[in-house]
Amino acid sequence: MIQATELSKKYGGVTVLNIEALEIPKGQTFGLVGNNGAGKTTFFNLILDLINPTTGSVINNNIQVNKSEDWKPFTAAFIDESFLIGYLTPEEYFYFIGELRGMNKADIDTFLAQFSEIFNDEIIGKKKYLRDLSKGNQKKAGIVAALIGNPEVVVLDEPFANLDPTTQIRLKKLLSNLTKDSNSTVLISSHDLGHVTEVCERIVVLDKGVVVKDLKTSEETLKELEAYFSV
Amino acid sequence: MIKHFMNFEWKQFFRSSYWQKSIAINILMVFFALYFILVFLALGFGLYPILKKQFPDSDPLIMVNGFLFYWFLGDLVMRFFLQKLPVMNIKPLLILPIKRSKIVHYVLGKSMISFFNFLPLFAVIPFGTILISEDYNTTTILVWMLLMVVFTLIVNFLNFIIESKSAETELSFLPIIAITSGLFALNYFEIVSISGLLANAVNSITENPILLLIPFGFLALLYFVNYSILRPKLYVDGSLKAKAQIATTSDLAWTRRFGDIAPFLQLDLKLIWRNKRPRSTIFILVIGLLYGLAFYPNPVYKEMVPMFIFVGIFVTGIFMINFGQFIPAWDSGYYKLLMSQNIKYKQYLNSKFSLMLMSAILMFILSIPYVYFGWKILVIHFAAMIYNIGVNSHVLLFGGSFNRKKIDLTQRAAFNYQGTGAVQWLIGFPLLLFPIIFFYIPYKFIGFEAGIATLIILGGIGIVFHQKLMDGITKRYLKSKHKMISAFDQSN
Repeated sequence: MIQATELSKKYGGVTVLNIEALEIPKGQTFGLVGNNGAGKTTFFNLILDLINPTTGSVINNNIQVNKSEDWKPFTAAFIDESFLIGYLTPEEYFYFIGELRGMNKADIDTFLAQFSEIFNDEIIGKKKYLRDLSKGNQKKAGIVAALIGNPEVVVLDEPFANLDPTTQIRLKKLLSNLTKDSNSTVLISSHDLGHVTEVCERIVVLDKGVVVKDLKTSEETLKELEAYFSV
Repeated sequence: MIKHFMNFEWKQFFRSSYWQKSIAINILMVFFALYFILVFLALGFGLYPILKKQFPDSDPLIMVNGFLFYWFLGDLVMRFFLQKLPVMNIKPLLILPIKRSKIVHYVLGKSMISFFNFLPLFAVIPFGTILISEDYNTTTILVWMLLMVVFTLIVNFLNFIIESKSAETELSFLPIIAITSGLFALNYFEIVSISGLLANAVNSITENPILLLIPFGFLALLYFVNYSILRPKLYVDGSLKAKAQIATTSDLAWTRRFGDIAPFLQLDLKLIWRNKRPRSTIFILVIGLLYGLAFYPNPVYKEMVPMFIFVGIFVTGIFMINFGQFIPAWDSGYYKLLMSQNIKYKQYLNSKFSLMLMSAILMFILSIPYVYFGWKILVIHFAAMIYNIGVNSHVLLFGGSFNRKKIDLTQRAAFNYQGTGAVQWLIGFPLLLFPIIFFYIPYKFIGFEAGIATLIILGGIGIVFHQKLMDGITKRYLKSKHKMISAFDQSN
């Protein structure tokens, strides 16, 4: 589904990302781990064509992302709060995203119903603008909005950060179901090794912009990762 | 400690990307400052000779004292719109071993060295010096000059009290307008002659320096009020955290009629209505509409028809110019979302265009009553509307693709230069100037109708080639997409 070839990004002579070749097949839950500055967000930004690569390219479902915009209809993402429109209520935000993805209000209402557990009565019908919600609730709204319209590719940067424990567990369940039910390709990054090993079928470790480990998740993966990071 | 505070200020100022990037704005501000200094110097030096010449029988000092009331009123209004309490980044300091009172004293103390407090000195000192050289009692004049400084500081602190109170209300500038116009009216209709009272007070203080204690006492009181307003706000759940508004939802169903641009149109309307900065463009609409009244009834401008073109462009295009020049910076806060969503750039831009188009038509319709001042004015407004729609709107959209300045939607509007860059200033002039030139040349050589026709034809061409123009503009935006994203990502 997603191929990165010879992909690199330099800022003022410093290489922050350098991936020779990485392929993420359709329907995979793909986890990206690495310490701060490893290049996780840079990689996601490149996939979404939010920054220009210094060399190489990202191909999303046979479309080179910086050449054509045709990858947008089947790709969705939540990277940070700048993906939220602060002066809308959560409902209005969902309707807006829904409209862009060809769903009407009724569709969105049914879609949102399945998230009532996650929302925990703190998001819908609260007469609050997104900018006034807590960080955790903003994150919930952003993640749910990224799932609107059954996108084939979902990119989530640190989805577990800022979430309460209950929501973390529910989100894990949700993400696992996503690939099973609709065959979506899910890309997430996380600092929590436990969460990624639970959710992802495959885990790639980045260090200073380079892929240092590419693991198929198994019983030993968590131990291996912990060993790798406990230096 | 104060030394550290000063050091932080210095670094904050010179290390901000705002300073480094917008030299043009800073030059402009320096230019304004110099201009005001010159005006005040001229006032200071010129006041005595002028008053002496015009009113040889009166004492210039007594006359000036009579006008002080208006001075302070004007000063207060100007400060309200231009001067803000110099807030520092307080949050990181709260848990450090610094007394909270020290922070407040520092902030208040810093407000005293504002440019606004020095400005009057440029008039007061020359005027006072001249008075002394004209054989006035030196002590009296020195007391008077000191008194002016105290009054300036009183206005300074009074303004912050008004600002902090009115920041809580929705139409934040209503209280100041109400207070000042109330005072002015009381004085003007001689219900209470405040200007006379103030003049008498000043006169008796200059004769009796011991009375200086009263204004000093008042100043101390205002300082204390400010202190007690600020002190309890130094908590993260106080003023540092913005209050949550009750959201009002509206589905704006009527926008459905506009087809695929409807979601963006709804978004833009909510953007304008729910955020302070863009909302003020609506109030500017009213000002723009009334702008014609400054020109049309005035016989001086009767024969200056090209001037009317300027007014016409201004009246029908004020919203367009105010809103349009910050496309796409209005959306800078969530630009990444728009760029990764299933959005065609052209739809997005078309929605902005439609908004500008509707505003021009609306403003034209609202300005129809100006026909009272002659049918020519209606014709001029119509031609100006067509020109605005066909030419200026496209120019504004095109100029927007060079926009690299983020706008924080929650900031106040008047004289808020956030988001303005050299490009905005450059683009503002041709919008108003070119139509005047386009009108003036045929008007001069052929006649009024030819001038009007030129504007309408130019606008018409723009409207006919709208699709083609939009394609070109869209390409420009696509080209500068990554630059815009990274620019909007930086905080100011």
